[in-house]
Amino acid sequence: MKFIIAIIKPFKLDEVREALGAVGVAGMTVSEVKGFGRQKGQTEIYRGAEYSTNMLPKVKIEIAAADDLAPQIVETIQQVASTEAIGDGKIFVLDLAEAVRIRTGEAGDTAL
Amino acid sequence: MIRKLAYGAGAIGASLFAATAAFAQEATEAATAAATTAAATATETAAAAATTLIKAPTVEQMATMVNKGDTSWMLTSSVLVLMMSIPGLALFYGGLVRTKNMLSVLMQVFMIVSVAGLVWCCWGYSMAFTSAGSPFPQLFGGLSKAMLIGVSGTTYAATFSNNVYLPEFAFVVFQMTFAMITPALIVGAFAERVKFSALMVFVVLWLTVVYFPIAHMVWYWAGPDFLPDTPTDYGLLWGMGALDFAGGTVVHINAGIAGLVGCLMIGKRLGFGKEATPPHSLTMTMIGASLLWVGWFGFNAGSNLESNGVTAVAFINTMVATCAAAVSWSVIEQIHHGKPSMLGGATGAVAGLVAITPASGFAAPMTSIVLGLLVSPICYFFVSVVKNKLKYDDTLDVFGVHCIGGIFGAIGTAIVADPALGGQGFFDYTQFPAGVGTYDMGAQLVTQIKAVLLTLVWSGVGSAILYFIVDKTIGLRPSEEAEREGLDITEHGERAYNM
Repeated sequence: MKFIIAIIKPFKLDEVREALGAVGVAGMTVSEVKGFGRQKGQTEIYRGAEYSTNMLPKVKIEIAAADDLAPQIVETIQQVASTEAIGDGKIFVLDLAEAVRIRTGEAGDTAL
Repeated sequence: MIRKLAYGAGAIGASLFAATAAFAQEATEAATAAATTAAATATETAAAAATTLIKAPTVEQMATMVNKGDTSWMLTSSVLVLMMSIPGLALFYGGLVRTKNMLSVLMQVFMIVSVAGLVWCCWGYSMAFTSAGSPFPQLFGGLSKAMLIGVSGTTYAATFSNNVYLPEFAFVVFQMTFAMITPALIVGAFAERVKFSALMVFVVLWLTVVYFPIAHMVWYWAGPDFLPDTPTDYGLLWGMGALDFAGGTVVHINAGIAGLVGCLMIGKRLGFGKEATPPHSLTMTMIGASLLWVGWFGFNAGSNLESNGVTAVAFINTMVATCAAAVSWSVIEQIHHGKPSMLGGATGAVAGLVAITPASGFAAPMTSIVLGLLVSPICYFFVSVVKNKLKYDDTLDVFGVHCIGGIFGAIGTAIVADPALGGQGFFDYTQFPAGVGTYDMGAQLVTQIKAVLLTLVWSGVGSAILYFIVDKTIGLRPSEEAEREGLDITEHGERAYNM
């Protein structure tokens, strides 16, 4: 099993969700996050007081997937979330040791 | 009826419209003629009435000189001014602080309003608007009406016209709302770092030592039917001839300088200049600024104490000066930063309101616009350049907007009040009945500057002494931990937003 973490631009979330649904992803966790990478922050000015915000809002998607589906998920996210500009985000893939469905106690691939 | 016809007959609509226009023109001519006759009659009536004006009327006679329209307007104005403080000012300030201090600001404003109302009834009204029994009757009043003794539903307060009176309670409550908002304005200067209990004690002392005397000096006088017989029964600045229609000195310069002294004595916020402290909700600030704008009509137009032509002058001046200042602040930001901000627009509007306050009943609409256009660049310079250079932490720019805007307005009043510029001039109340006085702009400028300086010194020194006393006894500042945690939790035990 693989655990996929993708940081994407917030406005791309709906498109990515739809595309992943078509690929066969049954569930995901989404959170609003802030961070920085190569993309520059913005400057805010309040009555002459300047604040440069170097943290930008992004959306983090977390998906647990079976080994055979993982490459397809990564490819889909990469293609759909891309605007070919800096700040598009990153995808991380981790090995997942175990998964348990709380309701039934099922474990492994069947729990996904 | 004409409207209905025009809707029904589309084809003949145009010709009908032309006919209506022609009719309207005739009607205007007829109306003008009628108005001229009416004016002539009115002048005659006024002349006749002048001979029957009663000097120093008795209470029974005053009872016949009360106008229901005036009374309604003054009670409405009182409510409008209350709305300026809560929720107007509270939201305007609250939106500008960080989330963790939102409630502390709302609560400070809310409780200052409540405490000031009590103090006003107990001794404030008497100290501000009487002179009997005071050792220095031109500086502050006595205690003859303390606890509102002698004030009832059948006593009356003077207005600016001979033989026109208000129920005294209407005047008491209208002036009360001014005593409520002025100390509330100060809290913006040291927002996010003041102990609530200490602030409340400070407010009671400040009203007593600073606000009531200054209100007395600027606004107290015997009234148009009594002054000719008691020609020295007035406050010091009123007697000097200082013009302050609705409180440029009493409210804005007064609160502004008290705020500056406060933010210097309490010191900067922890992390000032290092941590980012952006406003937590400019939506709240916009709502607050708009409520201030609406309420300010009660403040300025209400300050005429009657509902008449001068009230309308103050009303329109307040409207257009504010528009002008909001526009000019936005234009400066557009030029300086390339982006006009909502906070800038709202700040400009408040600066415009502050500037027109002393001049509202004296200026003309077009000179009010000039006043509004000019106040924003001056305040902008103070809040964005001077403040950053001198590094004082006037958190919500009470000094930069209220004191500086107030000084500009108070001095500008001398210019825009000149009848040569369409201003209202001033009334000479030493004669009976009162008549228009001869206006001297140069002399008036000097008087206005003197009034500004006296207010700055009285309020600056008085406030400094009071801050010192409260700091040494109760302590003005919460602990470092409490300040870091936020005053909402540490002072009030609650959170503004539970999400």
